[in-house]
Amino acid sequence: MPEYQNIFSQVQVTGPAEMGMVEDVKLRDRTEGTRFSTLLGWFGNAQLGPIYLGGFGLISLATGLAWFFLVGMSFWIQVDFSPGLFFRELFYLSLEPPGPEYGLGMAPLMDGGLWIIASFFLLISVMSWWVRSWLLADALGMGKHVCYAFASAIWLFLVLGLIRPILMGSWSEAVPYGIFPHLDWTNTFSLIHGNLFYNPFHGLSIAFLYGSTLLFAMHGATILAVSRLGGDRELEQIYDRGTASERAGLFWRWTMGFNATMEGIHRWAWWFAVLCTFTGGIGILLSGTVVDNWFVWAQDHGYGAAENYIPADTPEDFLPYLPPEGN
Amino acid sequence: MAMLSFERKYRVPGGTLVGGPLFDFWVGPFYVGFFGVTTIFFAALGTVLIFYGATLQGTWNPWLISINPPPISYGLGAAPLDEGGLWQIITICAHGAFISWALREVEICRKLGMGFHVPVAFGVAIFAYTTLVVIRPVLMGAWGHAFPYGIWSHLDWVSYTGYLYGNFHYNPAHMLAVTFFFTTVLALALHGSLILSAANPADKEKEVRSPEHEDTFFRDFIGYSIGPLGIHRLGLLLALNAGFWSAICIVISGTIWFDQWIFWWDWYLDLPWWADL
Repeated sequence: MPEYQNIFSQVQVTGPAEMGMVEDVKLRDRTEGTRFSTLLGWFGNAQLGPIYLGGFGLISLATGLAWFFLVGMSFWIQVDFSPGLFFRELFYLSLEPPGPEYGLGMAPLMDGGLWIIASFFLLISVMSWWVRSWLLADALGMGKHVCYAFASAIWLFLVLGLIRPILMGSWSEAVPYGIFPHLDWTNTFSLIHGNLFYNPFHGLSIAFLYGSTLLFAMHGATILAVSRLGGDRELEQIYDRGTASERAGLFWRWTMGFNATMEGIHRWAWWFAVLCTFTGGIGILLSGTVVDNWFVWAQDHGYGAAENYIPADTPEDFLPYLPPEGN
Repeated sequence: MAMLSFERKYRVPGGTLVGGPLFDFWVGPFYVGFFGVTTIFFAALGTVLIFYGATLQGTWNPWLISINPPPISYGLGAAPLDEGGLWQIITICAHGAFISWALREVEICRKLGMGFHVPVAFGVAIFAYTTLVVIRPVLMGAWGHAFPYGIWSHLDWVSYTGYLYGNFHYNPAHMLAVTFFFTTVLALALHGSLILSAANPADKEKEVRSPEHEDTFFRDFIGYSIGPLGIHRLGLLLALNAGFWSAICIVISGTIWFDQWIFWWDWYLDLPWWADL
């Protein structure tokens, strides 16, 4: 039985590198070097490269590095260029947006101005990479599904760093660049708005986050379980169903009375992943602009409890979880 | 009709773990089996008890119905039905139903000649649930440390329990779990997109694209294509790690770590070569 579980590739055959389909791709911008990694080969394809750079790739890398450099430089300045302090404080250091007193205006360089400049470069970098996802699919004559899914992630990114700060009238609302500081920001954001768990769009986003994880576990496991019958050749089986897809489908039909098709499961996947960041962006956008306190909001709309659940210490504390008086 | 055009030849007897041919049949599209019967039993009993709990609680608002675990003072003992005893029986029912479901999946795998990836993966999810409602409460000495079964009440529990340890985001296992969750969604979006974009070219007149187009797109895009087999290994591995590290991050809170999680990182600040800088 173990040989059917197909967790790792036991045999690796190395031939000439695949240089890729040409179609309408400008080969001038595609690199020619490739490498093989045995480590990667145990898990997936061993081949690394080639990669397509092109104008937008170059812009994206350059501006992305500029953002990284500016954030890094602000860290070095904060520790007075001491390498020991830099690495000790690395996770605690932060490039903060300007204070509320500057509103949506420019701030002095070391008082948030650097955050604005760095954010500008990050925006250019992300958007250039997004353009790449469209151009490369187009050159190969493929659908633009990667590009549209990427747009959903960019929506959340823009809400956090651009749209919501503008609606709130201050860059100080945006997320700081730092490992621990962005976690502090997240924690504070939830507390300021009265427990984000009561924000229905946050709830939807979490449901799609967990749902996506569930879906990928189900899908990945199903395909691996029929891989000895060629189940991993999904594209071919969309057009010409084989016994692997028949068994994969019947497994879920017999288990839960319903099964997706070989193409349909990827539509479920696409929507769950896309809706995760899309609904998340809506939830952030509404916080502070439309709704101040989500716990109070839930009570006002007839589905919050009178008080939060707290574990009971003694039988006397064991109280029913009930709506506020008068509801 | 319940049967798909190609289904009849797959509906073979055998492959059962328990009961031999006794429950080896289908109802509509569903396979039954011994574990289908036990699943129905536990799920039905648990659901009825939840409704009974709602009548004791006095609300039919679905957002507020909550089956609470016993008060902490009862420790690991049995509690009266209306003081957490219902929660205890419903927890047993949930385990009965989840484990039965996993074993029924094993039987279906055996019938179809498939690997056991799906029931094993489901086992990781069951492990995460068991960690929350059995392993951690037992380690801490009271069922009252488990979470209540209700839509808002379980979220309240998450808030309350998280803030017991300060900002829970500083819990290193929680960091890993969140990272795995986010990466799983990213990988799922990319995998779903890639298959759909190859099967559905923008120009409807064009021939559908090949797996070679998929590899080429990803190599052009990021310099590496993991391939059609590898992506499913990656997806499963990411998803299972998300569940596993979630279980770890909560089971270490209140059993081996009692303080605010932000202070856990002090070991790093206190490393001898820079502690005095």
